[in-house]
Amino acid sequence: MAEASTRETYGKTLVELGRQNKDIVVLDADLSPSTMTSIFAREFPDRFFNCGLTEQNMVGVAAGLAASGKTVFVSTFVVFVVCRCFDQLRLCISQPELNVKIVATHGGITVGEDGSSHHAIEDLALTCALPSFTVVVPADAIETAEAVKAAASNYGPFYIRLSRPKTPIVYPEGYHFTLGKAVTVRQGKDATVIAIGIMVAKALEAADVLAREGIDCRVINMPTLKPLDEAAIVKAASETGAIVVAEEHLAQGGLGSRVAQVVTRRKPVPMEFVNLGDRYAVSGKAEELLQRYGLTAGDIAESVKSVVKRK
Amino acid sequence: MAKKLRRHVIAMTATAGSGHPGGSLSAADIITALYFKVLRHDPENPQWPERDRFILSKGHAAPILYAALAEAGYFPVAELATLRKLDSRLQGHTDKKFTPGVEMSAGSLGMGLSFAIGVALAARLDSKTYRTYVLLSDGECEEGQTWEAALSAAHFKLDNLTAIVDYNGMQLSGWVRDIMNLEPFTRKWQAFGWHSLDIDGHDFKQILSACQGAEKIKGKPTVIVARTIKGRGVSFMENNVVFHGKAPTWEEAERALKELE
Repeated sequence: MAEASTRETYGKTLVELGRQNKDIVVLDADLSPSTMTSIFAREFPDRFFNCGLTEQNMVGVAAGLAASGKTVFVSTFVVFVVCRCFDQLRLCISQPELNVKIVATHGGITVGEDGSSHHAIEDLALTCALPSFTVVVPADAIETAEAVKAAASNYGPFYIRLSRPKTPIVYPEGYHFTLGKAVTVRQGKDATVIAIGIMVAKALEAADVLAREGIDCRVINMPTLKPLDEAAIVKAASETGAIVVAEEHLAQGGLGSRVAQVVTRRKPVPMEFVNLGDRYAVSGKAEELLQRYGLTAGDIAESVKSVVKRK
Repeated sequence: MAKKLRRHVIAMTATAGSGHPGGSLSAADIITALYFKVLRHDPENPQWPERDRFILSKGHAAPILYAALAEAGYFPVAELATLRKLDSRLQGHTDKKFTPGVEMSAGSLGMGLSFAIGVALAARLDSKTYRTYVLLSDGECEEGQTWEAALSAAHFKLDNLTAIVDYNGMQLSGWVRDIMNLEPFTRKWQAFGWHSLDIDGHDFKQILSACQGAEKIKGKPTVIVARTIKGRGVSFMENNVVFHGKAPTWEEAERALKELE
């Protein structure tokens, strides 16, 4: 599969949006060369504020700008804004429902060598817990551009999680993202894998392997974690009778927990979960870590086989 | 007017049976000066784009802000009696979503100055002339975020921003100097790049002249360290830590209201 950087796409999309809307303002905490907000900063220096290493302050500044009519994008690494600033996100943005878009990079363990301090694996549980937040994890660069545009044009708090490494392109050019809607990226009738982010490409790989073994596996990308596309989950449960959820996140509070709530209430079927479990990872190359912690196409395929047996 | 607002604080918290009278009374003169002399605002039009912004960072002093907003005409004075009650617009701590005239939700300390920086930056971006005022408690200057914000406001040269610290010297469990000493306090702000001055926070003239003086300072934000007395105006509440977060009983309220006649 061809690959592209979601971060670079983010920076370029911001510039595009900045040209259309003079009320778009961007904040970063000394990481703009990494988050790629630097591209926006070069074109619109007056509307870019490097807040230095004052992340908690940055979230409050964003709230003040948003309360004054700005559409504010806030970027740094996931751990520094979601984990460090949870109380600020809660009281300054979620509770007053302000128009702030947290677009954070370096999600998951594919951050790699920097180690567990930098691995963002709790963020989906935290942000999905915030009332009024919309939470999006794009599967590739094309979906990233679409999601960032959707965040700009829909009022209210957003969290978008991006990755450090380049990610495989899952979608054709011209793909149109609809906020809150799942996308069936591969049809199938024996089981469904529901995935987000980098796990979508892995799920497609797994489906190819399973097809050779006679299992016809559906793959659904669920870019919007909140609000969740319940109808797509119920349909998949009804039509395929088994669901595997794959995410680069801890077991608790992410996509798996959210899908399971819908399945148990509306259409109970056997489920399996591919995630990090309940542990921190270590330093290593991204691909090495995905292998070590059970987040490969092979792991997904194994889970599908075992869930199909339970039907 | 300040006395009237103090009476409201006593009646409101006694009626609610909970709340924070001490820090509301210490801020009464500052709030009165702001709402009835300093701020350009329009109670008929709380979202007037040109209005001066007032941000209450010490959200537990909500009763004194509500009292001022009601007397200024943002909502009926009778509504003050609904403080902290189910379905009231007057939440226990300030809540932007419910109350006309409340600019920011607060209650977790140390967040207001950052919010005020965003508001002041927006004024600069939009070439607006409104000023942004923010009231902090001394206790919340123990929060790291306050100092992150202090750095930022000076870095961004926000001369359209005035911070006022209600320095009553007490926090929930005792004297600030014993719990987490802030001194030398005014010099800290100076070192962070602020124009800073000390005043008596119960002297109306000093408050007004400090606020007016701040408008003339260019290239840096101003902090007014207002030395105050917690519980000011009610003898048995003054410098009495018990009334940080405890409402007066009816009997105490009656005595307090008599003193405030």
